[in-house]
Amino acid sequence: MTEATGTVPESTREQAPRSLRGLLQALNLDTRLLGMVGALAVISIGFQILSGLTGPKHDIFSGTFLTAVNLYNLAQQSVSVGIMATGMVLIIVSRNIDLSIGSILGLTGYTMAMVQVIWIPKSLGLGFDQPYTWIIALAIGIALGAAIGAFQGFLIAYGKVPAFIVTLGGLLVWRGLVFEEQQGQTISPLDKTFQLLGGSPTASLGDVASWILGILACAGIVYSLIATRRKRRKYGFPVRPTWALGVLMALGCLAILGFVWIMNSYAWPPGLATQYAREHGITEPPGGLQIATGIAYPVIILIGVTLVMTYITTRRRFGRYVFAIGGNPDAAELGGINVRRTIMLTFVLIGILAAISGAVQSARLQAAVTSLGTQAELDVIAAAVIGGTSFSGGIGTIPGAVLGAVVMQSLRSGMLLLRVDSPIQDIVVGVVLVSAIAFDTYVRGRSAR
Amino acid sequence: MNAERVTGVEWPAVQAGAPLVEMRNIRIAFGGVHAVEGVTVDVRAGEVVGLVGGNGAGKSTLMRALSGAHPPDSGEILIDGQVVPITNPRDAKALGIETIYQTLALADNIDAAGNMFLGRELRTRTGALDDDAMESATRKVIGRLNPRFKAFKRPVMSLSGGQRQSVAIARAVHFNARILIMDEPTAALGPAETAQVRTLIKQLKDDGIGIFLISHDIHDVFDLSDRISVMLHGKLVGTVRKADVTTDEVLAMIIMGKLPSEISEKDLAELHR
Repeated sequence: MTEATGTVPESTREQAPRSLRGLLQALNLDTRLLGMVGALAVISIGFQILSGLTGPKHDIFSGTFLTAVNLYNLAQQSVSVGIMATGMVLIIVSRNIDLSIGSILGLTGYTMAMVQVIWIPKSLGLGFDQPYTWIIALAIGIALGAAIGAFQGFLIAYGKVPAFIVTLGGLLVWRGLVFEEQQGQTISPLDKTFQLLGGSPTASLGDVASWILGILACAGIVYSLIATRRKRRKYGFPVRPTWALGVLMALGCLAILGFVWIMNSYAWPPGLATQYAREHGITEPPGGLQIATGIAYPVIILIGVTLVMTYITTRRRFGRYVFAIGGNPDAAELGGINVRRTIMLTFVLIGILAAISGAVQSARLQAAVTSLGTQAELDVIAAAVIGGTSFSGGIGTIPGAVLGAVVMQSLRSGMLLLRVDSPIQDIVVGVVLVSAIAFDTYVRGRSAR
Repeated sequence: MNAERVTGVEWPAVQAGAPLVEMRNIRIAFGGVHAVEGVTVDVRAGEVVGLVGGNGAGKSTLMRALSGAHPPDSGEILIDGQVVPITNPRDAKALGIETIYQTLALADNIDAAGNMFLGRELRTRTGALDDDAMESATRKVIGRLNPRFKAFKRPVMSLSGGQRQSVAIARAVHFNARILIMDEPTAALGPAETAQVRTLIKQLKDDGIGIFLISHDIHDVFDLSDRISVMLHGKLVGTVRKADVTTDEVLAMIIMGKLPSEISEKDLAELHR
């Protein structure tokens, strides 16, 4: 980075920021997103201290929240809700709601299981664990999710039936179909390759690949920041000061590499490592074989979904239209936007995302059960809303919703560490949800004045 | 008029005197209520036609038919003497009809550039939004209209009434409109900004754009219009040339629905009571 300061326009001449507000302005970061990161930090440190105090050693240093194993599990557990929350953002931004995604998840997950356990091996007589089984099952699940979404979206956009009603009906119908499909039996075992989608120490990237991915991601951040800046400068727009650019790059890379480091710090459980050593004829060193797990496959799916959805939302016309519809439906219509088609597409999209979540969840369970995805809609809506999506429409971000999912999961997982009973967990999550939104509404109301 | 000429190839050019837009016998009803009943108005290139009338006279509804927001139940719209189908805002825009709505029709959560190009986004080769190109164009257009406008990156909801109006006007003039519909374009503006809009209207008129101007401000209308069409209860009272009438006579048309020739001394006295 050797950019001549002489070419910087007068107004953006480098200047050390005088206050925190000035610093944030210069970095041009989303303050709401920063607030969420802050909340996440408070939650993590709080649970870390509490879990230490209530642990066997009764001190604040022996906590178990901020350990590699817990963070690894936390990342994995956030995936399903996180994937669907990215779609829920677009639904809520355009002033709709989808209550049916838990049932869509259940039906698609169950159907994918049927494809790989019954239809391909038995009905077609092709046998288990064929190399193509997983991809056919996944494709059928995604197509089914898209079709269900299209059907509901059609009723909502073209039939003018309120989204609340259509998807409430969907919640009952799709769940009912799960029971009809195979009389409520649990379907297992799933295809071996398909199971990798669920993530486990053996279904993770390993340390080398994780590092490579992390470094590629860093390069991506640096490249996109420089490219954006170059383009803005070409047009003569104001740009961030160079030091702010450097700080942003450093923060981004630090976050990515820190995440990789944590995921790599989690070693395979001893039993699994011993089994692996025996199968591969390795003599275990004293203290056991240490194999770094790295980033789990489903976490990579979530990262991929987040990137794609962010691109669709911020860089494509479709995303712009969704936000325009949420901001002012009349203006969108008068602008010549095909409002109904856009709304229908948001439901197709969330149907596809629910199917992907269904694949991840069933693969993780290594089976499809009838309760798959029950009440997922509530967690997903909560994640989107905690992540800054406004129910009055027009406001929300994809990364915010994913962070919202992580916040929700952190609360649950932290309370689990503290052995808080499940009903109490629900109470806490409910209270946090409402308080967060009340606080947010208050702050927004003040800044609008 | 020579009949052979009418069928000639250079038909629009030959008929230089033909109106740019003609709305014939337009009828629009909402449920049982007749909002517009058989109204005929027209505008020529480089002409401003003021459209006046009390609340609920049907001015805005008539113009929404032209902008594609609410297609008429019957009647026809002609551009350059040819009947055109306008069933939605896209049709109207494709014909060069731009509208500045009274409500401004802005998406409050989106920035100036996003609003200016709403529905007509510039895109890169990959089909992604070219936000920088859009911002650049927006800075140019709005910079001309309102040099003090700086908040290009903020959602328009955080802007002042005048700034929001600048965005709406910029959107209408950027796409080489031939026909401009302005519904109360100065309603939200202070005196300085109103003067700017008046200058702009005169400038657009000189460029040969035909303008329908809806305004409740009779002085605005008198200052800017070449002709004035008056509506009352969904019907056209009449269209008069500005040079031929006084403000009192137009007021009488608006309130009593009487043409200048029908107005008595008593009526005028009534107006000033």
